[in-house]
Amino acid sequence: MRKLIGVPTAFLGTAFGSAHADWTLNMTQGVTQTSQSVYDLHMIIFWVCCAIGVVVFGAMIYSMIYHRKSRGAAAAQFHESTTMELMWTVVPIVILVSMAIPATSTLLAMEDTSDADMTIKVTGVQWKWKYDYVDGEGAGISFLSSLHPEHNAARLLGSGVDVAQFGDEYLRDVDNPLVIPTGKKVRFLLTAADVIHAWWVPDLGWKKDAIPGFVNEAWTQVDEPGVYRGQCAELCGKDHGFMPIVVVAKAPEEYATWVAEQQGAAVDAVASVAREWDQEELVARGEQVYASSCAACHQLNGLGVAPAFPAIAGSAIATGDTAAHIDLVLNGKAGTAMAAYRDILNDADLAAVLTYQRNTWGNAAGIIQPAAVQAAR
Amino acid sequence: MRWVTTTNHKDIGTLYLLFALVMFFVGGAMAMVIRAELFQPGLQVVDPQFFNSMTTVHALVMIFGAVMPAFTGLANWLVPMMIGAPDMALPRLNNFSFWILPFAFTLLLSTFFMDGGGPAGGWTLYPPLSLQMGEGFPFLIFAIHLAGISSIMGSINIVVTVLNMRAPGMTLMKMPLFVWTWLITAYLLIATMPVLAGAVTMLLTDKFAGTSFFSAAGGGDPVMFQHIFWFFGHPEVYILILPAFGIISAIIPTFARKPLFGYSSMVYATASIAFLSFIVWAHHMFTVGMPVVGELFFMYATMMIAVPTGVKVFNWVSTMWKGAMTFETPMLFAVGFIIMFTIGGFSGLMLAIAPADFQYHDTYFVVAHFHYVLVTGAIYSIMAAAYYWLPKWTGNMYDEKLGQIHFWVSTVSVNVLFFPQHFLGLAGMPRRIPDYSVQFTDWNVISSVGGFVFGLSQLLFAYVVIKCIRGGEKVDDQVWEGADGLEWTLSSPPPYHSFTEAPQIK
Ligand code: HEC
Ligand code: HEM
Ligand SMILES: [Cu+2]
Ligand SMILES: [Cu+2]
Repeated sequence: MRKLIGVPTAFLGTAFGSAHADWTLNMTQGVTQTSQSVYDLHMIIFWVCCAIGVVVFGAMIYSMIYHRKSRGAAAAQFHESTTMELMWTVVPIVILVSMAIPATSTLLAMEDTSDADMTIKVTGVQWKWKYDYVDGEGAGISFLSSLHPEHNAARLLGSGVDVAQFGDEYLRDVDNPLVIPTGKKVRFLLTAADVIHAWWVPDLGWKKDAIPGFVNEAWTQVDEPGVYRGQCAELCGKDHGFMPIVVVAKAPEEYATWVAEQQGAAVDAVASVAREWDQEELVARGEQVYASSCAACHQLNGLGVAPAFPAIAGSAIATGDTAAHIDLVLNGKAGTAMAAYRDILNDADLAAVLTYQRNTWGNAAGIIQPAAVQAAR
Repeated sequence: MRWVTTTNHKDIGTLYLLFALVMFFVGGAMAMVIRAELFQPGLQVVDPQFFNSMTTVHALVMIFGAVMPAFTGLANWLVPMMIGAPDMALPRLNNFSFWILPFAFTLLLSTFFMDGGGPAGGWTLYPPLSLQMGEGFPFLIFAIHLAGISSIMGSINIVVTVLNMRAPGMTLMKMPLFVWTWLITAYLLIATMPVLAGAVTMLLTDKFAGTSFFSAAGGGDPVMFQHIFWFFGHPEVYILILPAFGIISAIIPTFARKPLFGYSSMVYATASIAFLSFIVWAHHMFTVGMPVVGELFFMYATMMIAVPTGVKVFNWVSTMWKGAMTFETPMLFAVGFIIMFTIGGFSGLMLAIAPADFQYHDTYFVVAHFHYVLVTGAIYSIMAAAYYWLPKWTGNMYDEKLGQIHFWVSTVSVNVLFFPQHFLGLAGMPRRIPDYSVQFTDWNVISSVGGFVFGLSQLLFAYVVIKCIRGGEKVDDQVWEGADGLEWTLSSPPPYHSFTEAPQIK
């Protein structure tokens, strides 16, 4: 008998991975006013349901105990009562109207994106996010944010890595987090390059769809510096579960420092387009870009996944005419999963990844300079 | 050959029910794959693409292959017997509408063996993602068309039967509620299935004929698909539950030995639910960025639908009140239905609050909601119906002891399976993901264990059904002491052509 109990218990014991036991029950209160009011609404409606539940289930349980045949209960024969019917139509309506009032005011506040201090454009791409700082402090900054490379390797089927070591950050960590200043109203413009995604950080209190060809608006204001995590919430294909979001809220001074660093890097990038690159430099940079932007489909080994994603190794396009190669990656191919990278990668990154594709896995088809990409735009 | 060419409502009912049972196990096997993958963080069992096709096809099979055919099977068996008719009005159509189904689902499942694999864009088929499917795409669309045609034909048959074949004296307001709810369901089906057919045809032409209904690059609108889909989809969820309301309204009075409380308010509540179900669809789309007045409208309309739903629950409870109850297996499932369906209704009410839905949407909270209304709702009502009417259909009593064990094991495990999913959703776990952050491990382990037990315990159900068909203690015509209705005046098992002479209606 002991053995019988022992086996499943031991099995469950390992299954839970006790190091990170986390029996969260309820919604987060989050770190914004919005998330707090959403939480409050959630709790009100929850308690309303509980109260109704106590009455309804209470009556049922009472009846099931006392109105049993085995207790000698004789069945009454009533089967109508207009008063009762009216009561249980009107009372719920009153409850619902009193729920609708706070819900309406919260909704109106959430949808009011006016008077923002800065704007960030968020673009969902299979399977990463692109952030463009459109206006306000930091305007012009632009980068991609994808799943942390270590997690990306660990999550593969048969990777043999124990993911418990990453703890609560597993699948919720990125290479480049979104940075915003505290105490500022930040407006988001959400869109997508390929399929529909949804941008969701629970601590901010909302999610919103990112739809190709459309621009949605949302806003947040975080007052506490901190790191807030979330992930894509709309099924967007194979790696939907692997496109996390990390928002780092920094105090205004630290945010200013971060902006200065980023803008310095951007100036370098612009300068770099003008100069001649050598093959080694391009391939080294291209390898990183390829791993974060292309390998999800074309695979790190360049062999793709037949028949959905073609191999780059030995591909006619990646070993042929440079103009066709540049054109395909800049503009994508309509009706397939191959997205247009024109607005997703900058000239240097594009040149690097193209060169990498042309000179790896046995391909040897020459280099493409950033200037050539710029000219092709 | 008898089974292929049969036009008898009982034979066809049996075929539908057996088909539904098989599909229930096919869809269930896929659910087991899903729960096995989610048992632990990290990928252990399947790759993400296959995982997505499991969730997609699980939903399609359960909705279109298990629940809907099961209800149609029940309607075939019961509607003629309940209204005092010899058979359905359109027997050949009836045969045809059943025999389409095996082909539809063979097509659907065959896509797994095609280049690119099975559909993996979610049962909601949202473009542009659904258009990224491989060679199986046209087969998927064709399968949906076939299933839709079958439903429409089945519905037409039910409408015609109910309106024309009632025994003299069986006025509309004397019809059993199961007949009423099915009549209204049939209208919902006839109204919405063509909408779905239109939407998926537009997907097909977008993919192959160069149209851009749903592609922004060509001047179309991907969100329009969602509007069209949910204009079908929300009535669809009521298609999946109204017949259940009818079943429960038959079972509770029998075992409470007391007439149904508020018959006419039940009819009106069903009709108003059906009407409201057409004007709430965009509550599935609160996050797509509708104008705020639209969000407000759909929020208010959705909250309204809780009122007639509440009326039904209150009426059932009042029927139980001061009855003389016994708890045989059908009653256990019916009571289980009321309690757990109401829990699903509560989470539905919470989801209706648009600002809160911005947090709940597309998380495991929604998964918990619709499984409470569908598994412990629709499926429980079907199980209740099977236990309730099987003795009438076969003339044999089922094994009461095994039935009760089936109920208790299912009920405990289904709650272990789905209740923790509320917590997961609130804690921030999105739906339709094959792998999750370590913080979500604990409740997922519990949920998976519940899932395996629930899955296994359904084999017991299949065993009880087969055992009952093959023999058992003989029952009399009345079967249940408190049962009321024309079907109980027929012999057990009933004659091949139910009422060859119209019965007298009190
Ligand atoms: C979401 C999946 C996906 C990602 C990510 C992706 N591609 Fe592709 N790629 C495709 C598909 C699908 C095709 C085939 C298109 C077709 O049908 O012609 C393709 C085709 C190509 C081809 C042509 C191959 C041939 O021989 O037909 C090249 C070159 C290419 N991609 C480069 C890239 C680069 C560079 C990146 C990263 C910046 C990238 N792709 C990222 C899906 C992807
Ligand atoms: C009180 C009544 C109900 C209310 C107020 C309600 C409300 C909702 C809302 C608002 C959603 C969208 C949640 C989201 O995606 O964010 C939803 C989803 C869903 N509901 Fe209900 N619901 C109710 C009853 C039912 C019933 C009776 C069924 C079916 C038997 C049902 C089946 C579903 C399904 C299948 C989904 C998920 C669809 C999907 O995204 O795949 N609901 N419900
Ligand atoms: Cu996604
Ligand atoms: Cu709905």
